[in-house]
Amino acid sequence: MSAGIDQAAQSPTPRAPAAPPPDADGRQIAWDRRRRALAAFWREYRKDRGGMIGLAILVVMILIALAAPLIANSRGLDPGLANYPANAGPGWKYPLGTDSDGRSVLTQLIWGSRISLLIGFAATFLSMVIGAVIGIVAGHFGTMKNWLGRQTDNVLMRVTDWFLVVPFLPLAIVLARTLGPSLHVIIFVIGITSWPGTARIIRAQALAVETRPYLERSRALGAGHWHQMAKHVLPNVMPLLLANTILTVAGTILSETTLSFLGLGDPTRASWGEMLNSAFISGVGTGNAIWLIAPGVAIILVVMAFTLVGHTLEAVLNPKLRER
Amino acid sequence: MSNALRGLAGDRPPRPAPLDGALATAQELRGEEAGAARGRGAGRGSGLARSLTVKIASGVVTLFFVIVFNFFLFRVLPADPARNLVRGSALTATQMAKINRTFGIGLPLPQQFWNYLVQTSRGNLGISFEFHIPVSQVIGAALWPTILLVGSSTILSTIFGVWIGIRGGWHRGSTFDRSSTAICNTLYAMPDFWLGMVLLIVFASKWAIFPAGGMHGFGGGGTGFASLGDLLWHLTLPCLVLTLVYLAEYSLVMRSSLIDELGADYLLTARAKGLRDSMVRRRHAVPNALLPSITLIMLNLGFVISGAITTETVFTWPGLGLASYNALNFPDYPVLEGAFLLFSAAVIAANLIGDLLLTVFDPRVRQA
Amino acid sequence: MAPLLALRDLSITYQTEGGPVPAVRGVSLTLETGQTLGLAGESGCGKSTIAASILRLLPSSAKVEGEILINGDDVLKMSWGKLRAVRWAGASIVFQGAMHSLNPVQRISKQIAEPILLHSPSTPVTEANKRVTELLSQVGLPASRADAYPHELSGGQKQRVMIAMALACEPSLIIADEPTTALDVMIQAQVLNLIGDLVRDHGIGLVMISHDLSVLADTCERLAVMYAGKIVEEGPAHQVFAQAKHPYAEALAWAFPIIGDPRTRLSPRGLPGDPPDPAKIPSGCSFHPRCAVALEVCSTREMTLWPAGERRWAACVRVLPGTDPELATQSVSPNSLSSGEATAG
Repeated sequence: MSAGIDQAAQSPTPRAPAAPPPDADGRQIAWDRRRRALAAFWREYRKDRGGMIGLAILVVMILIALAAPLIANSRGLDPGLANYPANAGPGWKYPLGTDSDGRSVLTQLIWGSRISLLIGFAATFLSMVIGAVIGIVAGHFGTMKNWLGRQTDNVLMRVTDWFLVVPFLPLAIVLARTLGPSLHVIIFVIGITSWPGTARIIRAQALAVETRPYLERSRALGAGHWHQMAKHVLPNVMPLLLANTILTVAGTILSETTLSFLGLGDPTRASWGEMLNSAFISGVGTGNAIWLIAPGVAIILVVMAFTLVGHTLEAVLNPKLRER
Repeated sequence: MSNALRGLAGDRPPRPAPLDGALATAQELRGEEAGAARGRGAGRGSGLARSLTVKIASGVVTLFFVIVFNFFLFRVLPADPARNLVRGSALTATQMAKINRTFGIGLPLPQQFWNYLVQTSRGNLGISFEFHIPVSQVIGAALWPTILLVGSSTILSTIFGVWIGIRGGWHRGSTFDRSSTAICNTLYAMPDFWLGMVLLIVFASKWAIFPAGGMHGFGGGGTGFASLGDLLWHLTLPCLVLTLVYLAEYSLVMRSSLIDELGADYLLTARAKGLRDSMVRRRHAVPNALLPSITLIMLNLGFVISGAITTETVFTWPGLGLASYNALNFPDYPVLEGAFLLFSAAVIAANLIGDLLLTVFDPRVRQA
Repeated sequence: MAPLLALRDLSITYQTEGGPVPAVRGVSLTLETGQTLGLAGESGCGKSTIAASILRLLPSSAKVEGEILINGDDVLKMSWGKLRAVRWAGASIVFQGAMHSLNPVQRISKQIAEPILLHSPSTPVTEANKRVTELLSQVGLPASRADAYPHELSGGQKQRVMIAMALACEPSLIIADEPTTALDVMIQAQVLNLIGDLVRDHGIGLVMISHDLSVLADTCERLAVMYAGKIVEEGPAHQVFAQAKHPYAEALAWAFPIIGDPRTRLSPRGLPGDPPDPAKIPSGCSFHPRCAVALEVCSTREMTLWPAGERRWAACVRVLPGTDPELATQSVSPNSLSSGEATAG
């Protein structure tokens, strides 16, 4: 121990300050740190068996959706071109049977995954953006000392509360019906009805972040609202936002299924919900039962997968959030 | 056990944004409530009355904005609102002019809105496109079946859901717990109408035990007890579906609530006093766990409505849900408007009741 | 006559994900009826674990070995029914953090009455309520507060409720686990006096747990200091406080300044380092890495409680005859210790 002390006492022999240009190195350091953090995160995530199962299912589903043109002939979706054994049960040629138009259920299932996942992701993205913006703005201005700031927070929260109280399905129905049946409308409707939950959570987190000292310091240095929100608050709510987003996707997929089932979806794009709608309309109990069961099972798997992944994300990210 | 599996066999109901947000919201709300309540410092009675008035006023404001929303969507947005209102009937120009005058179309917007407001508050919700009778009549006829269906399934699902949740949460990690939460999570990930259709295939098609739909058999199903039996026979499947769907959420919420209480210090005190395990649970843990559960369930009432709509559709149950489905496909805008208004009012009212229950049972909120 | 409370070689190990963690390692204590014993130490030294173990309140992941005798009966071997009867009626606990130790949605009168009605079920409710009022007045709370909910009371009031509750079934032993830690100093004094008076009036045996040695020195007759799961010093309270024989006990005593005492202002206070992680306890004397006067033998020799005076024990080699404190910087071999000589190192 004494040797070390001696060494330290001797160290200030003049040495040329070997400090490299701070900027480039700083960025490099930041990226290195991020890479290490990502690796640590992945290591932690891998420990969770359920999370890995969920992730596996998701990867498989997404691969199937992307590879749809390769594995299932899209002509199989056209009722006009269908070979004709309608309502056939599962067999060699049609592994999951056919629907009432004679189309292969398996083909529809594979192509349907594209639509269902697309709508799920798109609607979630919309809802996440709206929710995050409103949450951060409300949280940021809510801590301001001026009246206008707090009123902004107040008004935003009242709007959020309104959307939370009003029942989802009736709202979605009147919106979708009035705006017409199309993919974009569905995405819009689901997005616009799902953001309140995210907004509330993000606002709570933003409020917590706002009280931290570096926000005050940045304000003292003259940082504007935009800078504070974008450069300080946003990165700190990101982990929570990410976990919340994954969980939201599960919900939006279910919402899309429900809306399509009720007839509000785009009939030309066969999502899983549309399949269930067609199966329902052509009569439950008549025809191929697999036509009805398969999409449901697919939905259950995907929703559970997203939920598993979302929960693992939360669990892995949370301890870090807590110790900050 | 893996975190996600724990989530699934779960520490937390896996429901996406609404429920997770609801958990944070519920805690926030309760914290704000208690804090605000403590800050008031007036006498107990007046504090209670005041907070009640505030909540009712808030509910009225919410309903008001639903009306505003309806107005905007159905009267302002469409290019020709009159056409929307009387679509399906061929009318002469004079008749159209008369309609325009009646519904105040062409009048300045604020005036229109005032008329709309007055009409709505009088119960005049317009005329149904499909049936050409007042919307209030259409809704009125469909109300009782929905109340019967939703009411019975809510009661059953609350009783069983709470019991399962408590038992699972208390004996966390036991076989009962793991299997019940796995089942509940699967139910939660399942589209409720899909479950209904599957049950239909199995019980009404493959084995014709239950009717395939409707509320009564042909010819009304007889009188007296026979009629009641017929009704119950028709009620069984749809009620079963809804009960299972609601039960999933209730039990997960209750379980998660109870687990949150498990580490509490006052439970240690209770055990130290010499109470049996079941007493500790019943007298101390459960009353405390029920409170956030009430809040959470009330916050998420929209799903009760969604369940009603889709299930009535699948089972052709002649309630408000089926009426909405028909109106949706016709499309019968006035009925849609009216149904939306009514559903919103129902959820707002239920929220108020939930708040009231909380005020009655949670002394911390009650305090003035 | 069997002592009121006797812990014999008590060892408690927690099963955690990272392996077994020994929280208490071979503790032995005795308490006679009407005696007061203070148990001191920093957080994590195992004192709260001991408190909970006396009534078998530890989670199932804790493995308990040794004996815990209340009036001669081993708590660890009792049947479930007998244990529940002993809980509260034989011995009761005043928990730390009364903030959360009371059921938030029940009135305090109901909570105080609960053990009374539980242990003598034939008591009519009016009788129980009368007793509640009596208890409340004993702790200095007006009867009007009986219908209050816990959140309507201040911290000090809640602690008094806990004390009243602990007395409800007239136990012969009370264990007070950090009863004043979360309270203001003035309230602290009140509550301590209250505990002291009650215990004296009713002839109850008291084990008080705290990290504040000065508090214990005032309230208790005897004092035991714990470190890393073991007792390192035990003896009459004032002696242990004023003239500790174990370096840790000494440091603990000096950590709480005595107002007006000039020595406190001048003496070095505080200890470097942290208490050891229970999973990685140092060899030999577990305190030696932080000890200012550690000898070489301290890192190898297992410490036990050696006699250090009348009814006084300390687990430090320096109390052994023949250890010359002047030779602290020189190494001492175990052989020379027993022969009473010291060789220069």
